[in-house]
Amino acid sequence: MLNYIIRRLVSLIPVLIGVSILAFSLMHLVPGDPARSILGEKATEAQLEALREELNLNDPYIVQYGRFMGQIAQGDLGNSITSKEAVIVEIGSRLPATLELTLFAMGIAVLVGVLAGVIAAVKQYSWFDNISMSGALFGVSMPIFWLGLMMIWLFAVELNWLPPSGRLSNDIELQTITNLYLLDSILTLNGEAFVNAFRHLLMPGIALATIPMAIIARMTRSSMLEVMKQDYIRTANAKGLASRLVVFQHALKNAALPVLTVIGLQFGFLLGGAVLTETIFSWPGVGRYVMDAILSRDYPVVQSTILIVAVIFVLVNLITDLLYTLFDPRIKLD
Amino acid sequence: MAEQLPILEVDNLHTHFFTKSGVVKAVDGVSFSVKPGETLGIVGESGSGKSITAMSVMKLVPSPPGRIVDGDVRFNGDSLLPKTEKEMRKIRGKDISMIFQDPMTSLNPVFSVEKQMLETILTHEDMNKHQARKRAVELLDLVGIPDAKKRLKNYPHEFSGGMRQRVMIAMALACNPKVLIADEPTTALDVTIQAQILALLKRLQKELGMAIIMITHDLGVVAEVCDRVMVMYGGKPVEFASVKELFDGPKHPYTWGLLSSIPQIHNRKERLEAIQGLPPDLRHLPEGCSFAPRCTHVKDSCLHIDPALLEDDTDHFVRCLLYEEEEKVIQP
Repeated sequence: MLNYIIRRLVSLIPVLIGVSILAFSLMHLVPGDPARSILGEKATEAQLEALREELNLNDPYIVQYGRFMGQIAQGDLGNSITSKEAVIVEIGSRLPATLELTLFAMGIAVLVGVLAGVIAAVKQYSWFDNISMSGALFGVSMPIFWLGLMMIWLFAVELNWLPPSGRLSNDIELQTITNLYLLDSILTLNGEAFVNAFRHLLMPGIALATIPMAIIARMTRSSMLEVMKQDYIRTANAKGLASRLVVFQHALKNAALPVLTVIGLQFGFLLGGAVLTETIFSWPGVGRYVMDAILSRDYPVVQSTILIVAVIFVLVNLITDLLYTLFDPRIKLD
Repeated sequence: MAEQLPILEVDNLHTHFFTKSGVVKAVDGVSFSVKPGETLGIVGESGSGKSITAMSVMKLVPSPPGRIVDGDVRFNGDSLLPKTEKEMRKIRGKDISMIFQDPMTSLNPVFSVEKQMLETILTHEDMNKHQARKRAVELLDLVGIPDAKKRLKNYPHEFSGGMRQRVMIAMALACNPKVLIADEPTTALDVTIQAQILALLKRLQKELGMAIIMITHDLGVVAEVCDRVMVMYGGKPVEFASVKELFDGPKHPYTWGLLSSIPQIHNRKERLEAIQGLPPDLRHLPEGCSFAPRCTHVKDSCLHIDPALLEDDTDHFVRCLLYEEEEKVIQP
């Protein structure tokens, strides 16, 4: 097992080199000039040229890429062109917000998706099956930004039930430890902050969860339908086990592998989807940060963020693979 | 044994499947009974209704589309058909248990043998985990799994086919069932292993005194372990007799066909005898006898008259017009 994990972590290196080349070339292929976006429309050509020189943007691409990779090899992600701050610090302060949102959304998606999928499979062709699967189709087809805006309009503006944006109200005190606010409020036994953070999370969390929830529900349903036909389910029934045991233990554990795969992949998707959600709900996370960086052609920020997301994605997939062994004793990783 | 009351009685059972392309009469008027310690064989081709008969006894026919439309199943004199699903779950695995054809797929691959055995025991018996584990080890010992205590922790894929079937049997016997339904328990196994499993079942029956319903398409298995045998064709019993009667004096042309299609070691004929044609489509059964299209003794009347099950004076039943005049009709 340990060997396997080490092997997988080593294989991260070529993946990251590939991703870095892609991220670097994409950014430099896209038209736009960081100097222009920093100095503004009225800057003279001489000023622009001076700034480009200062930022080393006039060097050949290969030299720029080499410099970028050299920095990364030393664990330095460089400084933001616009704010001059170290990228690692800036991302570090925003990553917890994104992680919290993503984990929360994934929690909703898995909980609701798996449950709906299981019930839909057990009661195939029932009204629940029809409604939940049409709902899932609707969920997959829904653009996040539209859903987000509609939710803000309804729950924040019209009904005034939930805050429209941000992570925590200004008047709430919270001592941060992990910067995951829900977790911090539990650790510091701060009930007021917990409720407040939870209310802030609810709308962006649901908006972000919609698509993965729908995909997980559909995958769970089809996987469960397949498993429920198996001989060992007949055996479990012939043994006189309660139907809840047959469904939630015997069937679900066998149906879990494809669902787990989808959950792993969707987790990566959520990190990307968070860009839109964070923008709509003014969520102070990495998504919004990178969005601003793209608009201002802040190369180091964009490239570094893409790399970090790639690392997280690979790690999530590694965890998924490790979880397989937990669900199916026949799978051996070594 | 003769004066003993039957433990399980099936009376004029009809199980039909209501599909889009028509009603499939999978079981169409089956009656039998078994006494404690007795082994009843049910023989027939694929699709003759053997397994659905067994599933009907357990009330495990998938519904929809399947439904028991007529007849009765009585366990210990108590009718099972009006029972709720919850009441049935108390009977399944405890009073009536079942083993299946393919031990490779009948055990849940993601749970250890221990977990699968313990859950059966704990569902039905008033035991704590420790007692249940002790019982599970005893059962694995009983069915001849060496090093039972250690093997209990293993997963199904760590056992061979024959060993898995032993595990299945141990699991089925966990709560001392009164009736064991064995649905082709040896079909998926090697010949040598088949013999071992049959010997095991016979030994266990002697020790535990349960009734066995042995579903098979193998007349060799019937000869080996059964006391009485019911031959099924197209969802109906066509012949029902003691094993000796059936092998000594088979009456139904279908049984003749089955017997002559068994390879004989002394008979050096080049080709095996086979029954011509295919089993009937259960959605569109022929008007007369459902075996008539394949029967070598077919008469004109066979194509119009569906024969009744007739009995001679030796408890030998047959459903065929060849015997219509000489014997009395016992069932419409």
